Amino acid sequence: MTVGLFIPCYVDQFYPNAAIATLQLLEKLGVDVVYPKKQTCCGQPMANSGFSHLTGGCDDLFTELFEEFDYVVVPSGSCTLHLKDHLHSDKHPESAKGLRKKVYELVEFLTDILQVKELNAKFPYRVGVHQSCHGLRGLHLSQMTELVAPAFSKPNQLLSMVDGLELVDLDRTDECCGFGGTFCVAEEAVSSKMGKDRVADHIKHGAEYITSADLSCLMHMEGILHRQKSNVKVVHIAEILNGI
Amino acid sequence: MKDHAELSEEFNKDEARVDWHDETLWFIREKRDKAVHTIPEWEWLRETGSQIKNNVLSNLSVYLEQFESNALANGVKVHWAANAAEHNEIVLSILKGHQVDRMVKSKSMLTEECHLNDYLTGNGIEVIDSDLGERIVQLANETPSHIVLPCIHKKKEEIGDLFHEFLGTAAGESDPQVLTEAARQHLRETFMTRKVALTGVNFAVAETGEFVVCTNEGNADMGAHLSEVHIASMGIEKIIPERKHLGVFLRLLTRSATGQPITTYSSHFMKPRQGQEMHIILVDNGRSRQLGRADFRNSLKCIRCGSCMNTCPVYRRSGGHSYHTAISGPIGAILAPNLDMKDYADLPFASTLCGSCSNVCPVKIDIHEQLYKWRQVLVKDGYVSPVKAISMKAMAFTFANPTVFEVAGKSGRWFMKNFPSLVSNKLNPWYKEREMPEPPKESFREWYSKNRKIT
Repeated sequence: MTVGLFIPCYVDQFYPNAAIATLQLLEKLGVDVVYPKKQTCCGQPMANSGFSHLTGGCDDLFTELFEEFDYVVVPSGSCTLHLKDHLHSDKHPESAKGLRKKVYELVEFLTDILQVKELNAKFPYRVGVHQSCHGLRGLHLSQMTELVAPAFSKPNQLLSMVDGLELVDLDRTDECCGFGGTFCVAEEAVSSKMGKDRVADHIKHGAEYITSADLSCLMHMEGILHRQKSNVKVVHIAEILNGI
Repeated sequence: MKDHAELSEEFNKDEARVDWHDETLWFIREKRDKAVHTIPEWEWLRETGSQIKNNVLSNLSVYLEQFESNALANGVKVHWAANAAEHNEIVLSILKGHQVDRMVKSKSMLTEECHLNDYLTGNGIEVIDSDLGERIVQLANETPSHIVLPCIHKKKEEIGDLFHEFLGTAAGESDPQVLTEAARQHLRETFMTRKVALTGVNFAVAETGEFVVCTNEGNADMGAHLSEVHIASMGIEKIIPERKHLGVFLRLLTRSATGQPITTYSSHFMKPRQGQEMHIILVDNGRSRQLGRADFRNSLKCIRCGSCMNTCPVYRRSGGHSYHTAISGPIGAILAPNLDMKDYADLPFASTLCGSCSNVCPVKIDIHEQLYKWRQVLVKDGYVSPVKAISMKAMAFTFANPTVFEVAGKSGRWFMKNFPSLVSNKLNPWYKEREMPEPPKESFREWYSKNRKIT
């Protein structure tokens, strides 16, 4: 099995440790991982701003770089959802269509494809899980509180395999952090307030770390935690599962 | 005109109030959750409601004509209004026909959408809203901030002040029991003396020609039963095929809205009582246009429960008035651009696309997907700032060209590391309440080049 590793643009630039952990974790689990170096972005920043007609170049590039792989794994729920829902290429329409089905967010790749049953990782801290909206309601990584349906959580399933890790309960288990792409600057007041409220819920319940399958949410909450000079840290789920 | 972001910024100046507003509405979301979790077939009910509405939207003209002929046979006068102006003129002409200059009105978001109160007032007609929440915002000279809970943005102390000024309650009185009693006495006099009552319509049954009005206060009934003339205004999408379908919608509506099993009053109106006149005004006002937009037509399934507002993390922290339109919140943000793309171009962007709205919607409208689709339409039709368009083009170019991206990535990090005061300043909205991420020593691709085989 050969997996193409797609590292979202801002993760490459700001959070290389999460990307390294994703790579190392997959390698430890016996997967052949290839990182095509010409990759850039999934196109979501443009599309969510209403400029999906400008993503052609981005989509073509992604399709050309990744069509050869059995799977594409992405350590970001949001980018994965965008690719699954919107990837299209006038140059390579069939490849793009096929790729939509081969793209997996890291957590669901571990639980559904690799069917990981144990991990060699230790993280002796109290951890709050932030459900990113796109991972939750788009990829269905966990059950959504709005629905009358049986509960499950793929991130929690994996985190429960980590030694010493204690999950904390939250008052609002799946409320948005307010990042929302360009929303975070275009609607600064509401976005910041949402972020502050989300962080406060984790702090109230004694979390030492906030983790998530999405770094965009974590970047937002980290920005608020740093401004508040809080000791609470954010960490991508790959880093915990890889045993940092 | 101020847009959603500016109005939200004003609302957020009082953070304690934002917390109160957020918690009040979240409490209602939790009540809704508790209520729906007692119904094992809830998701099936939602799906059924959605399918019935699909049928309605595909056969709208058939059901409307069936409804009209049954209503006429029941002795009801039926009017058709293509737009808000026609609706308002019809109401005025009925009032004038009876030489009446006062009217009582129960809750109708359609009349808010048509700005009926302003129109009638301008024509010398006094309108008193009989829904308690609506009466409160009317006294405050405001509009409803929520379609089910019109005065949810007001604290009880503020309501006490209003009642002291207009209804003569004691200064500083804010006990809800006392204030409600004062409103009851005030409205009782209104009900007894008004010859004309206007109500909204929650559901109109094509099969029978009857319509159903749902209230918790019984105010629609008080107005209608005591009146000589009952006018019911309805959007044409309120039609349902058969009476038995109420068994789906009445179960969905109030559980979604407030967590109650059903509204206190679900009143069926079929024919005028002897000596009474009954009118129904069927209003289009852009609904046919929306029906013609494939991507947005199922927004017309909306049964106006307000659950998308209660669950929306943006609505809870920006308040209903920040949407500057009669129907606020996520559903309003997909309905309003149909009415005027220029005036409401900001609303589809007033969302993080978190998707909670679509999950609580009792008729499964894909609200957050329509928000995304409206963004594409608004950009293509030129309703988004040219500055944004230029920056998006630059971004698209960078992402389509790996070499450019690599250079930009490097310089971006270099820039942040060397000139934090330039990037992290007050002109950058991110920085107002958040720190920028600390740039790492190397990007992942640089690490990869050193540590793995390059492909």
